[in-house]
Amino acid sequence: MPTTGVEFAKVSYTPEGGHLILREISLALAAGTTTALLGRSGSGKTTLLRMVNGLVTPTSGQVKVHDKVVNSVRSTEELVSLRRSIGYVIQETGLFPHMTIERNTALAMELEGRPKDERERRTREVLEQAGLNFDALRTRYPWQLSGGQKQRVGLARALSLDPAVLLMDEPFGALDPLTRAEMQNMLKQLLVNLNKTVLLVTHDLGEALFLADRIVILAEGQVVADLPAREVLESPNPHVKDYVSAVRRQMVI
Amino acid sequence: MIEIFKRHGWEIGRLTFEHLWLTVSAMLFAALIGLPLGVFLTRKKGWAKPVIGLANVIQTVPSLALFGLLLPVPLLGDNAARLAIVALTGYALLPILRNTYAGIGSVSPELTSVADALGMTDWQRLWKVELPLAGSVILAGVRTATVICVGVATIAAAIGAGGLGELIFRGVASVDNGLVLAGAIPAALLALAADAGLGWVEKRLAVRQR
Repeated sequence: MPTTGVEFAKVSYTPEGGHLILREISLALAAGTTTALLGRSGSGKTTLLRMVNGLVTPTSGQVKVHDKVVNSVRSTEELVSLRRSIGYVIQETGLFPHMTIERNTALAMELEGRPKDERERRTREVLEQAGLNFDALRTRYPWQLSGGQKQRVGLARALSLDPAVLLMDEPFGALDPLTRAEMQNMLKQLLVNLNKTVLLVTHDLGEALFLADRIVILAEGQVVADLPAREVLESPNPHVKDYVSAVRRQMVI
Repeated sequence: MIEIFKRHGWEIGRLTFEHLWLTVSAMLFAALIGLPLGVFLTRKKGWAKPVIGLANVIQTVPSLALFGLLLPVPLLGDNAARLAIVALTGYALLPILRNTYAGIGSVSPELTSVADALGMTDWQRLWKVELPLAGSVILAGVRTATVICVGVATIAAAIGAGGLGELIFRGVASVDNGLVLAGAIPAALLALAADAGLGWVEKRLAVRQR
């Protein structure tokens, strides 16, 4: 039995003055596995993901990372060290436009106060893991890169401190289909070798099946399906069937 | 015309220096108050409206009236230059305050949440992300404020604070257009130079997004 990487225990969230977004979500993500979180826009999947690194605080319930409750973290130091132990990749890459690719990639290490030579060595390593040439890109700025390259830099930055947990919020959502497929291949290779607990938010079932061990579907703030990826195509669950038939329809060209 | 500048050359130089001194001191104070206050308002948004509103009100008081109103204030009334600097600071405050607040507010929420997710403290986020990205907007505020200050500082002569306004007021009183121009032209040149110089810095600070 693998240990738990990330756990949600009866997590609910209602924003101040808003309506309920998540209702008593309970999920345990085994360490070293990849879980895909699917759902329509507004189903609360991004909110759930952002609870893991404390960008959103649940209204009730507990979020645990490696059995440590994180949503009651009070001190800045604790929150900062939690966040640095979690990689975070978003759709719009989140690269800082005023920093070079080298500095963007090394930023988490810079904040940790790692020495310069170590930063440079590690930056080269993670950029190359993400399929980029360090020497060619180090002095460039984000606007000089293609969408796919930027997304690779975002991934490299998230890996730089070798976090045990990786949060990916529609990481390839903004890319064209070919680049997207390339990125999915690259990520799959990386995940096989790196043994990380990954939570991947996507609305693409194909991507989820390709990358994840487990599929969780959210609808209206609740978990409506939770099953191993290999069982998805045979599942009788109506929510899963909806997704599968939507993908099948796309495939009949 | 050239005759006037020849005759008053030394005086124009001295008054230009005074003018600069009034403007630069006021800008320094305005920046020292406006920048931190603007940053503070981005953290406590509820205060933004009343505080910026107050700065707005100061801005709308006619300059001659503001100088006059400050005259009876103890500690200010005894020293004309001091009074002028306080009044000019008041005028320079709004553009700096408003642009600092707006500049930091315009940093995309995606980038600030990435900064948080990377484990930046509030202070690190401010220095490493928000200020660099808001830099050119903030500088545009400083630039507007400087140009306003150079202009308003000519009125300071009315309360005896010196500056190029002195020549203008003297020229008006003695119906000597040459004298008016001897004050107005250097004042206009100062404003243009400040505008161009700070405009250049502003361009340098601009961050290319795409």
